[in-house]
Amino acid sequence: MIPAGFSYVRAGSVEEALDELSRHGDAARLLAGGHSLLPAMKLRRAEPGVLIDIGRLGELSYVRADGDRIAVGALTTHRILERDPVVAEGAPLLAAAARRIGDQQVRNRGTIGGSLAHADPAADLAAAVLALDGVLVARGPSGVREIPAREFFTGRHRNALAAGELLTEIRLPAAAGLSQAFEKFSRRALDWAVVGVAAQARPGGGTAIALIGMGPTPVRATAVEEALAAGVPAAEAARLAARGCEPPDNAVASAAYRAHLAEVLVARALAAL
Amino acid sequence: MRVEITVNGQPHTREVEPRLLLVHFLRDTLSLTGTHIGCDTSSCGACTVLLDGVAVKSCTVLAAQADGRAVTTIEGLAGEDGLSPVQEGFRQCHGLQCGFCTPGMVMAATALLAERPDPTEQEIRNGLKGNMCRCTGYQMIVESVRWAAANGGAR
Ligand SMILES: Cc1cc2nc3c(=O)[nH]c(=O)nc-3n(C[C@H](O)[C@H](O)[C@H](O)COP(=O)(O)OP(=O)(O)OC[C@H]3O[C@@H](n4cnc5c(N)ncnc54)[C@H](O)[C@@H]3O)c2cc1C
Ligand code: FES
Ligand code: FES
Repeated sequence: MIPAGFSYVRAGSVEEALDELSRHGDAARLLAGGHSLLPAMKLRRAEPGVLIDIGRLGELSYVRADGDRIAVGALTTHRILERDPVVAEGAPLLAAAARRIGDQQVRNRGTIGGSLAHADPAADLAAAVLALDGVLVARGPSGVREIPAREFFTGRHRNALAAGELLTEIRLPAAAGLSQAFEKFSRRALDWAVVGVAAQARPGGGTAIALIGMGPTPVRATAVEEALAAGVPAAEAARLAARGCEPPDNAVASAAYRAHLAEVLVARALAAL
Repeated sequence: MRVEITVNGQPHTREVEPRLLLVHFLRDTLSLTGTHIGCDTSSCGACTVLLDGVAVKSCTVLAAQADGRAVTTIEGLAGEDGLSPVQEGFRQCHGLQCGFCTPGMVMAATALLAERPDPTEQEIRNGLKGNMCRCTGYQMIVESVRWAAANGGAR
């Protein structure tokens, strides 16, 4: 199908993208890899008047080791995350999540910034960034600010960015040498997760666990984290995986089935740590 | 808007609507109908082409996004010495029945072999999971890609 008409602007720099965003206001949408936005536009679920193409902003495509942190540019593709040696060393959970996204064609185009901004409740990278306690860097008309991943996802397809802001970078604490696990259950090979789990051993001890497909936003499995910290054995703690979650009940899976999946996948992830 | 896209080595400059998808640019504007459209949801992979050498679904890329770039389609794979190894592999191993998915399969397999010249069966299945086939049951497709790997690879 064919998207509704729009006008197209290609941004040559972050400043230009910000100018265009403030010029066009609500009518405009940023276009990164286009692999969430264009499918929505083809189905006429989105009909922006202006597309601001940031896909060529090479300045936002990078992975840098930065002391005890890793900085990932918002335009870095899933493909790069899968293969980058700095990610493999310092944030292997991110690589493991990227590897499980869609198919090779999708991973060649999709970007981490686009995936996080789209705020799909089942986005694989969102689980990894949340379990890693990442920080998202936004730039807007009034400057730069940092948004912790825990505060970024505000609802289904909703995020904490203000009008006129764009994501420039994702900062992750380096987790070299610490174990991690990514578990995902989907219906078809290339599909989104019905439920997914990202688990990361933390530098100071303890385990961080994030769930996708278990509510309107990605969430931390706080009950499991606390039980583990209190010394409850992993297999028992995993039974608390769905506590506090409001999993969707729809044609893909019932809420009860998702809760069951969460317990099984958390148990598997903890066993793999 | 004006775009200049190099397709199978030939530069083409055209005036297009911003909403024109790359697959329609190839099929309707350039009459290169080897690239197929099999779905409305970016799922089937029938429209797969190479954009600057990497596999993309051309139904999910705007012609505007391909401006200034190089596209290879199924029409561009065969050389003077005949079919490419992947094309020949599909022929040798009966990697197709109706042939609707084949252009996309061949392009995705070509991209896969460019990166992994000697893939395992699992790597082939993983690499082609964005391409659906309603006829073959995939087994012959996997064998075709293995044949290609042993007989010249991605070229
Ligand atoms: C067939 C298919 C299968 C898929 N399977 C999976 C899967 O299994 N798991 C998964 O996680 N994802 C999956 N995806 C989604 C894929 O990962 C997308 O690439 C990703 O969700 C969006 O990234 P993008 O760069 O393509 O963003 P775009 O589509 O370009 O943009 C998405 C949204 O984010 C906004 N945006 C983009 N960049 C920025 C920025 N820097 N700052 C602020 N806002 C921005 C846009 O305005 C838009 O609203 C799949 C997609 C397809 C088509
Ligand atoms: S036509 Fe189905 S993925 Fe492009
Ligand atoms: S050969 Fe018919 S769809 Fe693949």
